Amino acid sequence: MGSLVGETYLKRLTVFYIPLFMFVFAMLFPFFWMFITSIKPDPELYNPRLSPFLVRDPTLRHWNTLFSDTLFVNWAINTLWVAIASTAISLFAGVLAGYALARLIFPGSTVMGIAIFVTYLVPPTLLFIPLTGVISWMGLQDTTWSLIFTYPTFLVPFCTWLLMGYFQTIPKELEECARIDGATRIQAMVWIILPLAVPGILSAGIFAFTLSWNEFLYALVFIHSPENKTIPVGVTSELIKGDVFFWGALMAGALLGSVPVAVVYSFFVEYYVSGMTGAVKG
Amino acid sequence: MKSTLPAETPAAARIRIAHEPLERRAQMGPIATALEDQRILGFVLLTPALILILVFIAYPFVLGIWMSLTDKLVGTSGNFVGLANYTRLLDSDIFRTAAWNTLFFTFMATVFKAALGMWLALLLNRKFRLQRITRSAVLLPFIVPTVLSTLAWLWMFDATFSVFNWTMRYLWQMEIVLFGMVLKENWGFFSGPLWLGDPGWAMFSVILVNVWRGLPFFAITFLAGLQTIPQELYDAADIDGATGWRKFWHVTLPMIKPVAIVVVVFSVVITFADFQLVYILTRGGPNNETHLLATLAYQLGMTSGNIGQGAAVALFMLPILASVIVFQLWYLRRQGVR
Repeated sequence: MGSLVGETYLKRLTVFYIPLFMFVFAMLFPFFWMFITSIKPDPELYNPRLSPFLVRDPTLRHWNTLFSDTLFVNWAINTLWVAIASTAISLFAGVLAGYALARLIFPGSTVMGIAIFVTYLVPPTLLFIPLTGVISWMGLQDTTWSLIFTYPTFLVPFCTWLLMGYFQTIPKELEECARIDGATRIQAMVWIILPLAVPGILSAGIFAFTLSWNEFLYALVFIHSPENKTIPVGVTSELIKGDVFFWGALMAGALLGSVPVAVVYSFFVEYYVSGMTGAVKG
Repeated sequence: MKSTLPAETPAAARIRIAHEPLERRAQMGPIATALEDQRILGFVLLTPALILILVFIAYPFVLGIWMSLTDKLVGTSGNFVGLANYTRLLDSDIFRTAAWNTLFFTFMATVFKAALGMWLALLLNRKFRLQRITRSAVLLPFIVPTVLSTLAWLWMFDATFSVFNWTMRYLWQMEIVLFGMVLKENWGFFSGPLWLGDPGWAMFSVILVNVWRGLPFFAITFLAGLQTIPQELYDAADIDGATGWRKFWHVTLPMIKPVAIVVVVFSVVITFADFQLVYILTRGGPNNETHLLATLAYQLGMTSGNIGQGAAVALFMLPILASVIVFQLWYLRRQGVR
């Protein structure tokens, strides 16, 4: 905002570059810290006299611990599988519901729209205790299926909400033309509207993927066996034993668990951001 | 051969083409015909979402209310005890601390996220080199798994090896060297705050990490709002002789108010129900002083196995969440969004 004409370099430095640098530094420092901790040998890590910013004798021992002494690879596979499956379910349900709410006139459509919006704002922390009962009643406890079926509870409302907004931006006339040419409603939806909605579906999918990759509470409560855990739960529960923290391996796991979402995100920044802003704007 | 057939007149062709889809549709089976009806199709398309919501949200919600009215423990079916869980909670100091903490945490974290997020959005809205990569980079805290980044903070807040305390100690010693300050007893070894061991500092730390994580969300959504403000408004303000602050108050702020309100409401809901930060950083300690409703519900319902009370604690979140949601619905309707 505003023009930069007449702004001195000093002013630009103090009101712009320095604050911006401090923000970026603060946002990224913890990631730097994960990295530096993960390559520091224990004697350096636990010596309060040494500067924590320097690594004298870098080591891969902690990374080795992570891969050979824990089930990190299992956790990564579980996390990926759960994220992909729950995203797919949520996109399927979200696309259909979003289309119906955006395009079709039927009794109860307003009520359903409000219901989906309300569930969108129901946090997992409100329901995890009774959900544990539902999951064990279904015989799903301690399986990744418990997560695949429960993650859509927060993903479906989000996808529906986002896609409903997206479908509304696609001109109705396109569908009407297709229908005049003899397409059924379903054909018009699948062949005309869905291809045009690919950017919106991609946004919803990427956002849903990162949300389910990051989920913690349900995974903590439903899964007990180490081999069925996801990365967030596995790293926190298996690398912290009582009061003993394996900091090097913990930070290696934290960094490695963050990388896949960061990579997905960096490829689709624009979609992610439009998903995020769309999620709140509706 | 061809010439013996009477040529189709343009009018006849138009009629034939116009009727083709009808004929094709007339040949459809009963299911396909039914799906042409908006009322039926709408219902069919909503079914998958509806089943998920009924089974995994509506039913657990009712079940949760029932559980909160029983003395159910793990492995027992529990007896109906009416509102006993609620009254007992209201009498308990730990619960009241947790309820107060949740309000305080939500309020402070949201205020700082909104203010700092606005500042960062204004900075990112200016033209500078590396603009795109900077915008992507500052969003990182929001996209990576919260639990994992919070582990890094746990390590940075460590009682003995905190990097913050090391830095402060280092600067303190430099000051001694530079200004020749006399080393007094107890001053020589500056220890810094016990981040997670002291209730006040622990609450501060939890808020700090929440702000760190949520600030990018505010910044990027505010930035999207800023980018929709037409430049003409600023040009007009320039002509009226408005300066930077006045332009911010009278142009920027009113223009992004609709986006800002939705973002704040959204963030309040998420912050209010936060579980992960306290679970990782303090587990509600020291001495149950930093519990939030969500972590207290977990501790009672899962760790102690007192399911009835845990469910009751979680349901205490409902009145506030419900009023926020009603406000949001009212606001969206007033805005005419839908």
